[in-house]
Amino acid sequence: MKPTTFRELAGTSTGYYALLGILGLLIASGLGAAYYMEHNGHWVTGMTNQIVWGMPHVFAVFLIVAASGALNVASMASVFGRTPLKPLSRLSGLLAIALLVGGLVVLVLDLGHPDRLIVAMTHLNLKSIFAWNIILYTGFIAIVAAYLLTMMDKSVSQYSKRVGFFAFLWRLILTTGTGSIFGFLVARQAYDAAIMAPMFIALSFSFGLAIFMLVVFAAYRWGGRSIGGFMINRLQRLLGLFAATAVFFVIVFHLTNLYAAEHHGVEQFILDGNNVYSGLFWVGYILLGTLVPLAIAYFKPFRASMGWATTAALLVIAGGFSIMYVIIIGGQAFPLQLFPGKEVSSSFFDGVVNPYTPSLAETLLGMGGFAFALALVAVAVRLMKFLPLSLADADVDPHYKPPA
Amino acid sequence: MSEAKKMNDNKIDSYRRRFLGQSAAVTAGITFGSGLLLNAVAEARPADQPATSKNRWGLLIDTSKCASDCDECVKACEMEHGWGRGSHDEQHSRPEQKAQWIRKVTVRDRATGYQTSLPMMCQHCAHPPCVDVCPTGASMKRADGIVQVDKHLCIGCRYCMMACPYKARSFVHEDLHDQRVDSPRGKGTVESCNLCVNRVDRGEQPACAEACPEKAILFGDLKDPSSAIARRLASEPSTQIRGDLGLDLGVRYEHL
Repeated sequence: MKPTTFRELAGTSTGYYALLGILGLLIASGLGAAYYMEHNGHWVTGMTNQIVWGMPHVFAVFLIVAASGALNVASMASVFGRTPLKPLSRLSGLLAIALLVGGLVVLVLDLGHPDRLIVAMTHLNLKSIFAWNIILYTGFIAIVAAYLLTMMDKSVSQYSKRVGFFAFLWRLILTTGTGSIFGFLVARQAYDAAIMAPMFIALSFSFGLAIFMLVVFAAYRWGGRSIGGFMINRLQRLLGLFAATAVFFVIVFHLTNLYAAEHHGVEQFILDGNNVYSGLFWVGYILLGTLVPLAIAYFKPFRASMGWATTAALLVIAGGFSIMYVIIIGGQAFPLQLFPGKEVSSSFFDGVVNPYTPSLAETLLGMGGFAFALALVAVAVRLMKFLPLSLADADVDPHYKPPA
Repeated sequence: MSEAKKMNDNKIDSYRRRFLGQSAAVTAGITFGSGLLLNAVAEARPADQPATSKNRWGLLIDTSKCASDCDECVKACEMEHGWGRGSHDEQHSRPEQKAQWIRKVTVRDRATGYQTSLPMMCQHCAHPPCVDVCPTGASMKRADGIVQVDKHLCIGCRYCMMACPYKARSFVHEDLHDQRVDSPRGKGTVESCNLCVNRVDRGEQPACAEACPEKAILFGDLKDPSSAIARRLASEPSTQIRGDLGLDLGVRYEHL
């Protein structure tokens, strides 16, 4: 295997500028949507006093979870010694930071008072998992930036492994923190479970890798660089492994709930509810987001194909959004149990399934955050040496034999 | 009837009259006195002194007296704090978006069909999940047990609303113009029952307790063993809603 040569993306094609233009348009729409919601107040959204976290949170949590997962390729190379993935470590760190920033922007712009961000930074209630997350998120950005430096600056490259290990630990804690936002909610039937933290870590592996694969494929195909079957196959199979790990945790979570009579109501609502949540769970997450990508990863006819690998990654992302929607919105739609075993009714919609229809503005804000993350990557790979010149089999496969 | 017997009977009658008169006076005294005691549960605290943990303010709600068609407590809260019928604001918000600091909840036993009506508001937990999860400390508990939101610190993240087991909190979805001096409210922040902290600090009862026509809501100091609320809690069975969560509520219910 030859030493990897990194080179900035040329970024002079019409396609590149078109991509930036589309992303810019999405970012502008997101900002416009945020202004519209903040100026009028949240009455213009689908959110209510019953569904208090809506579409922006689905996007934000998805992006934040995916961010920690995007770092996995770098961690696998430097912490677990998977050298074939090493050439992509820099991009992995970059995407991790970008996705986190994108998610945080969405989260902040959906606050009732985004203008009070400085309050959130200066008044920390250290018992709050949200406050821990503020520290974990900013810390993650700093540590991954340092990690990137050790990878890109030869004078400090001897620290790369140690910083990489620290970044890996930090990202595990970070996703534990994100999962625990829901795990620590004692009163909600759909949450309040310690398994939320490891489940989110497992989900992060697959979400992060799926976005990472799309970014790699886009950069190499549109940038006119070569990527061989070896790398595609490796990423494709890894995605299958991560999707399988994630679904294992999701299954255990629901099985445990199904065992306890007190959770039968919420489980029936999510799994067999003749509602959008059951549809998204079974069709969106289980079938399209897990089983099909697994088949693509492990059945021979789909192997080492960029087309199939792209399909698998897109499906994992669609499945990821589905399961996030089910967890975040579905969990709130199911009525809070004020008097377990009894029926309740009130003017404040106690005891009823809470309806939610996301408004266009909420969706645009979420998409704007996603676009911002991708735009950061698109600009960074043009300005700095993040991408290897080639991912052709001859350059990355340690057992490569030239065709006779 | 002999003269002696007549005189003896008159004496007994006069004893009886005196006894009845004295009993009435004692009864009146106890009733009046306890009334005074009831009114004196919350002594006004000087404005320059902080709330202390010597008190823990709470409510005891007798659901057997709470009529399903009565919402005087809700109305009183709306007028006191300027929400719902007590305000001209929140015209844009949908019903699911409008704030409700207190609401009447009907509870029906699935097996027997027995119905109970009760007012539901912030339960002023000793271990409030809303305070635990609040990133900025805006959701706070005073030393005297009153849980409320510091409107200057609230960033509108709504995590407290996710964490509250009682759905006691509301988010303000639009600009407000018709606020009460004692009840700061504002777009983009979360709010809830604050046990009429403004009234309690003046030595008065919360508006809901004062307005209840059946006197079903008893306000007082849970830490003062001589208070009416503490005495009744010590002598009659009461319930905490979702007591299984171990939050040690300031609001207790009877006959639930």
